[in-house]
Amino acid sequence: MNIALTILALLIVLGISWRYLGSYLEAVFEGRVKFLSFIERRFYKLLGVDPEAEQSWQSYARSLIIFSVLSIAFCYGILRLQAHLPLNQSHLPGVPPALAWNTAVSFITNTNWQNYAGETTMTYLSQMMALVVPQFTSAAVGIAAAIALSRGFSRKLSKTIGNFWVDITRVIIYVLLPVAFIAAIVFMGQGAVQTFSHSVTIRNAATGFKQTIPLGPVASLETIKQFGTNGGGYFNANGAHPFEDPTAMTAFLSVVLLLAIPVSLTYTFGKMIKRKRTGLLLLATMAFFFFVSLGVATVAEKAPSPVMSAATHGQVVHAFEGKESRFGIFDSVLYDVASTQTSTGSINSQLDSYSPVGGAVALGGMMLGEVSPGGVGSGLYTILAFAIVTVFIAGLMVGRTPEFLGKKIQAKEIKLASIAVLIMPIVVLVATAIAVSVPAGRAGPLNAGPHGFSEILYAITSQGNNNGSAFGGLSGNTAFYNIIGGVVMLLGRFGVMIPVLALSGSLAAAPIVGETDGTLKTDSFLFGSLLVGVIVIVGALSFFPVLSLGPIAEALSHGRLF
Amino acid sequence: METTTKGPEASSKEKKTAGKGIIDKAILRDALKGAFTKLHPKVQVRNPVMFVVAVGTVISIYESIKSPSIFTISVTAWLALTVLFANFAEAVAEGRGKAQANTLRSMQTHTDARRIDDKGVETRVSTAELRRGDFVVCEAGDVIPSDGEIVEGVASVDESAITGESAPVIRESGGDRSAVTGGTLVLSDRIVVEITAEKGKTFLDRMISLVEGASRQKTPNEIALTILLAALTIIFIPVTVTLYSFASFGHATVSVVVLVALTVCLIPTTIGALLSAIGIAGMDRLVQKNVLATSGRAVEAAGDVSTLLLDKTGTITLGNRMAANFYPMDGVDEQELALAAQLSSLADSTPEGRSIVVLAKEKFGIRGQTMGDNHIFVPFSAYTRMSGVDIGDRMVRKGATEAVKAFAVSRGGTVTPQVDQLSDRVSSHGGTPLLVLDGNRILGVIELKDTVKDGIKERFAQLRAMGIRTVMITGDNPITAAAIAAEAGVDSFLAEATPERKMELIISEQAGGKLVAMTGDGTNDAPALAKADVGVAMNSGTNAAKEAGNMVDLDSNPTKLIDIVEIGKQLLITRGALTTFSIANDVAKYFAIIPALFVARFPGLKALNIMALHSPTSAVLSAVIFNAIIIIVLIPLALRGVRFKPASASHLLRRNVMIYGVGGLILPFIGIKLIDLILVFTRLY
Repeated sequence: MNIALTILALLIVLGISWRYLGSYLEAVFEGRVKFLSFIERRFYKLLGVDPEAEQSWQSYARSLIIFSVLSIAFCYGILRLQAHLPLNQSHLPGVPPALAWNTAVSFITNTNWQNYAGETTMTYLSQMMALVVPQFTSAAVGIAAAIALSRGFSRKLSKTIGNFWVDITRVIIYVLLPVAFIAAIVFMGQGAVQTFSHSVTIRNAATGFKQTIPLGPVASLETIKQFGTNGGGYFNANGAHPFEDPTAMTAFLSVVLLLAIPVSLTYTFGKMIKRKRTGLLLLATMAFFFFVSLGVATVAEKAPSPVMSAATHGQVVHAFEGKESRFGIFDSVLYDVASTQTSTGSINSQLDSYSPVGGAVALGGMMLGEVSPGGVGSGLYTILAFAIVTVFIAGLMVGRTPEFLGKKIQAKEIKLASIAVLIMPIVVLVATAIAVSVPAGRAGPLNAGPHGFSEILYAITSQGNNNGSAFGGLSGNTAFYNIIGGVVMLLGRFGVMIPVLALSGSLAAAPIVGETDGTLKTDSFLFGSLLVGVIVIVGALSFFPVLSLGPIAEALSHGRLF
Repeated sequence: METTTKGPEASSKEKKTAGKGIIDKAILRDALKGAFTKLHPKVQVRNPVMFVVAVGTVISIYESIKSPSIFTISVTAWLALTVLFANFAEAVAEGRGKAQANTLRSMQTHTDARRIDDKGVETRVSTAELRRGDFVVCEAGDVIPSDGEIVEGVASVDESAITGESAPVIRESGGDRSAVTGGTLVLSDRIVVEITAEKGKTFLDRMISLVEGASRQKTPNEIALTILLAALTIIFIPVTVTLYSFASFGHATVSVVVLVALTVCLIPTTIGALLSAIGIAGMDRLVQKNVLATSGRAVEAAGDVSTLLLDKTGTITLGNRMAANFYPMDGVDEQELALAAQLSSLADSTPEGRSIVVLAKEKFGIRGQTMGDNHIFVPFSAYTRMSGVDIGDRMVRKGATEAVKAFAVSRGGTVTPQVDQLSDRVSSHGGTPLLVLDGNRILGVIELKDTVKDGIKERFAQLRAMGIRTVMITGDNPITAAAIAAEAGVDSFLAEATPERKMELIISEQAGGKLVAMTGDGTNDAPALAKADVGVAMNSGTNAAKEAGNMVDLDSNPTKLIDIVEIGKQLLITRGALTTFSIANDVAKYFAIIPALFVARFPGLKALNIMALHSPTSAVLSAVIFNAIIIIVLIPLALRGVRFKPASASHLLRRNVMIYGVGGLILPFIGIKLIDLILVFTRLY
């Protein structure tokens, strides 16, 4: 009952968000929302950008790279120098180079993988400038790339795909900042902390036990962490910390916030290309993966673990270890599934303690390319790359040169879409292979056997997908994992984004082909099924062997899956 | 909608090709040889998928020499066979083309040509010496030495060598039938031909190199598909190579041979092996329909066509307009009209003219009118647009409405509104009105009717289901055109068509994102043929038309445009179907090989052995054998093309996904299990 009501409430809120936030996003990017144009203009002047001048895909991509590289340098600088900068209440030292590199890349690539415990590593200034600011900008970059690709489909014979600086400025000031601001106030109302004051120390009079409880500007980070599908928590415990996620209501609101943009962008896309049904189809495909993940994880976590059943002589024991005990198993699973499937990676329960199948759900969502519904922007552009591959194969089967939304899919498009789809599996597999082959990598996992393998695999997969969720159990804060993780995150982010922008340029330059009865319908149930099939097959074919050595071997060692 | 109605010419076509079968013995022999000669690295590297298999085979050979066992040797042998099977598939497809090319080559002339210079002096030169612009004389019994244009004379020519049609055709100077093809035989009379193509560049030469596949270039879609297949190959290399380190991390051992086997099973070898065969066979199917395409690109474009421009006469209608009715004016007896009509047509040898004589005879028994000495026949001319007879001062004429009206007025006659009423009535039924005039008095109207071909309406309905719009092109007036268009079931028509208007129509369709196909034969069709995405020139047409189009129909049958579109579609569908099949196959192969790889280390993984294969070695070998054999099994399908029924995109997709997607998922489970059972039965494992 609780489950059904939660899901129903979620569906209603997200449905409204899909329709109205989606439509609003389109208006923002098409320049029809102007109420803050005085701020906008000041930004453009500061950046020296002519808001009317559009960019070719190359120029768009160059701006995006320059912006990201500068951002990484900026974050890296702050983290290294934090000891000498203001707002260092706890007198923390500078962040070591490898960790600062990993963290800077992590936040700029919207991964938010954290090889550190925030409360004991980062000053308030680092948290705000090096970790919160990128949560806005990296989300904006992802959304901008998705919008640029949408423009590729909606335009014809166009040399340009929009202006990068205008796109990120608009989405930040019209969407990310206002929503995060209002939501932060709600979170504060519920009990999330937001303060510059020093940590408090309390003493339990009964036991004489002393405890220092760190505080900080938490609520402001918390909401953009979810809304921008970032996931980098203030505290090491992330969403499981009551100062980050104080009540059941904020837990629900978190789920809504992290799903809102990825879901709504499908409407934005549909509106931009003037085919809302296609947007709906993409949403349905994403929803399919989401609910399958949620269902499987719920069943797996609700079921008593075989080991515990044996220990308790068949008494039904729920696998409560590592769960958010305030909200119960389902709400824990919902939060973690929503978070891992959107590439947010914030958690309120420990994935490492999940059953093998429950853990594999989080892993599976990433291995399928993060389209369920994936991160802000990245979910949309990745599923569109998959759709292009699907259209190509399916389109041939109707006897025509494949076309998608009026654009012919030829050698160039299929090449770029293939790169976008396949770069992640290749990066993840190669990096994991390196990690299991070198002593520094082998030293990482806490567990032996298949579970230890899963710990390494998860860490690399999470970073390769810019997800940032942690399986736990891996000592990630080593020079080896910090450096390789940074490289993997960069490749997983820009190795996809650049081909996507190139794809946008190539599509925008093409004419729009007329549609006839002989054209493949890309908004049908059949096409949706094929899209699901292609995503599953590409993911399964790439990762079946590694999964069989990790979670599958572990799960089957009990002789059964659940 | 499901009934496959064949066009009237389809049956005769099948007879022509029925004897060939898919593969004959001689071709097989050559293809077997080709399977080995194609092992050359230069050939292999062109196909990224099969290149990986070849490299894997070499690695596997090295490994099995290092540590020989029945298992490694048999896996290696089957990997090698996979490469050979792929070569064989391509060789078979090429072989069929070569056989046709050889037939063509045998008719290339080696006899001398009779060249004449400006003064008419004849010299015998070898064909090789002929240059463009030379003039040669050909008389009955001579083989025309090279492609050319008749500048003088008329002759009957046997073109059966290239068209397969035994009936001789008439070729004459001037007009649209002046082109002759090198290698064809003059049966009667004498013609002077201006050479338009030198040796090595003639139509026949082009045709030979095309069917041989010598000048075959990858088409845009083939390139795109090759890229996708390369991508699907590249991804599996890290998948299997990294498996080596993952396995050693998990303290499991995997042999290199098994990893190579896994790679080969996973990369899309089925489609990779058959891709070029599919392309060659598509071209070949066109040739069997007696259509020559100048490039594979044109064949692919044919599959994409969304608008067909079809000439009314000969394509939609039989093209012989017959007199059907007489409509007299008020105050004129129908018999009087018939009499005058017959009189005006007595000396008219056109089919229309003769049909008027016949109709008058059938209706009123008017016969025996003979041309007297004082009868002077006035033939039809494009200028007067009338024909008839002068008997002394009496002028009897029949002709186009406007022409006859003007003629009547010029001779002091009156034109009542009824004239237009009658002609419009005829036009609105799809007929062509001919006015009959005696002196300056208009007697009435003859209705000429064209017959729409049998079954053409159903074909258009199929085309519509496939999303192809048909546009009828006719010189008729809009009213007549509308009536015939309705009767034939075309989607639209262009009446009073001129080459310029045809061109405008093509440009406007293309601007709307449509791909246009058309047929044409005249020199004035050439610009439109060149502009259209698929331009099919009639072989009987002028060289200008043939140069402009990207296909030539040797049978000069405009209805074939529809077949061409179907062949183009079939080609693309075959590629898509086999790609889907190939990818879907991987699932079963994983279930065969992955548990086999690691079951020794993680016994729990035997739950993944859902096919209950006998042992790890038999599982791997069965998958490899299945992977190789499926190539051979699918060669006929690649050559023939998947079955194609005209239907909507959704329908086609559903059908092909069920057969090749779902089928491709299930079939290897059965196939691998069967092979495993056989291996166990033969006690090899």
